[in-house]
Amino acid sequence: MRFKTRGVLPGFGLSLGYTVSYVCLLVLLPLSAMVIKASSLGPHELWAKVSDERALAAYRLSFSAALAGSLLNAVFGVLVAWVLVRYRFPGRGLVDALVDLPFALPTAVAGIALTTVYAENGFLGSYLSKIGVKVAFTPLGVVMALTFIGIPFVVRTVQPVLEEIDADVEEAAAVLGASRFQTFRRVIFPSLLPALLTGFALAFARALGEYGSVVFISGNMPMRTEIAPLLIVTKLEQYDYAGATAIAGVMLVASFGLLFAVNLLERWARRAEA
Amino acid sequence: MSGVLTQRTGGNARRRDTRVGESAVTRAILTAIALLFLAVFLVAPIVTVFGAAFSKGVGPYWDALHQDETLDAIRLTLLTAGIAVPLNVVFGIAAAWLISKYDFWGKSALVTLVDLPFSVSPVISGLIFVLLFGAHGWFGPYLSEHDIKIIFAVPGIVMATTFVTFPLVAREVIAVMQAQGSDEEEAALTLGASGWQILLRITLPKVRWGLIYGIILCNARAMGEFGAVSVVSGHVRGLTNTLPLQVEILYNEYNFVGAFAVASLLCALALLTLVVKKVAEWSVSARDARRAASPHAKSVAVEACSSFEGVVP
Repeated sequence: MRFKTRGVLPGFGLSLGYTVSYVCLLVLLPLSAMVIKASSLGPHELWAKVSDERALAAYRLSFSAALAGSLLNAVFGVLVAWVLVRYRFPGRGLVDALVDLPFALPTAVAGIALTTVYAENGFLGSYLSKIGVKVAFTPLGVVMALTFIGIPFVVRTVQPVLEEIDADVEEAAAVLGASRFQTFRRVIFPSLLPALLTGFALAFARALGEYGSVVFISGNMPMRTEIAPLLIVTKLEQYDYAGATAIAGVMLVASFGLLFAVNLLERWARRAEA
Repeated sequence: MSGVLTQRTGGNARRRDTRVGESAVTRAILTAIALLFLAVFLVAPIVTVFGAAFSKGVGPYWDALHQDETLDAIRLTLLTAGIAVPLNVVFGIAAAWLISKYDFWGKSALVTLVDLPFSVSPVISGLIFVLLFGAHGWFGPYLSEHDIKIIFAVPGIVMATTFVTFPLVAREVIAVMQAQGSDEEEAALTLGASGWQILLRITLPKVRWGLIYGIILCNARAMGEFGAVSVVSGHVRGLTNTLPLQVEILYNEYNFVGAFAVASLLCALALLTLVVKKVAEWSVSARDARRAASPHAKSVAVEACSSFEGVVP
């Protein structure tokens, strides 16, 4: 590595000063306020707030629903990316553009739309209720909402990798007698894996913190369909700042852990490429 | 990461020239499953939004949008985005310049910090501002002494929105600026251009599609932010309600036509964002194709730059 602190272009000092002070003012200061608030609680009180029964139920739902949603996205995300990259069909450009919708659509709009679709008298909910599957106001509804908001992540991380895979390796595999499925499993999938895991982790992190789309479809019953971000809001509405901060701290540690994992994965992916 | 423009520009135009592939039946089945998944999760909600908004006809839809409270919400949403987006655009350009043009100690830490708001739950993004400026927060006593309201008022909404949307412009511009390199900028420098001239005449035109998409996306997210704004707003009707909060209120009052009418505005904004992204991708790949098609210009540029690099220490 070259040990150089500057490029040749002017403006280093100005852009550094501006960027760093903006980040400090807007990100570091507020976040450190939260960390200090959480650490001012004292270990016993903090532990009591973090581990109360209702909070545990909320973490359990948040983590398991986020996991289920992002696993669904891992499977269908690879499939959608595969179809978009490899096959030509009318409307492909439109479908490709639509994949980003959950990234641009306000979560509250997604929430009321999904609730209406999956309500018992809804467009899909009415069919599902005939076979005895209830989606709206159950944990399954939470999974649906979290699947919706995670769709772009796996598709968009896997797509570029899939585009870069040379036909040569697949041809070689075919010449050596591999079936298409064997080629996918043994040749293509290993090179997709870092991107797939990155997309999965991003979708999981996003799902873990999601609030807007879930509050409408979940029904918000304590112990049953209450997610952790909702519990934070409930505590805030009761002016229980300490309780809200404690739960927020747990969620923040989890998402920073995921962010760290994503960084490691991206480094791994770059090494795999090189 | 998801949503960044440049990732999608390279391979799109490339055709796979091979006979190895799945049978037509397998292709059809896989395509059908993928499309069904997207239809259930993406198309059904959009159709529902517009269907429910117009379920009683155009008249009630129009009336629902002309409620005083809805108009207030539109005004506040425009104000919020009007402050948050320009702030984040200036920051985005400065951060992109810094990160793509220089190597310095702590750069990767800075990039991580810029991405940080993405991994923070919107609810927590609201909470941190309550902890800073709320009645029991750090600055709470000072603010109430001077009769300044931030939480449960417009400044809090603007701050939370700015926080939530601040990586969006930066990430798009950083991605495009890094991909395009600094050759032209360095050439301009040797010809005597000043820093501002380089930025305004060379760099910004070069990254314009990334910048445009970043602005549109940032704007859509600023207008649509729900969780963080919900925490800091206090839901004061006519005063601190943005459009997404208005959707929630109408929906909880069982005013479904009203809720979906307001939601349809936000949904249209989201669809517009997707259109802009598609146009930006086309423009970028068309330009790349043009560049690839003129090898002479490219080789001259490369020669000029490599000799240039030898001069600079």
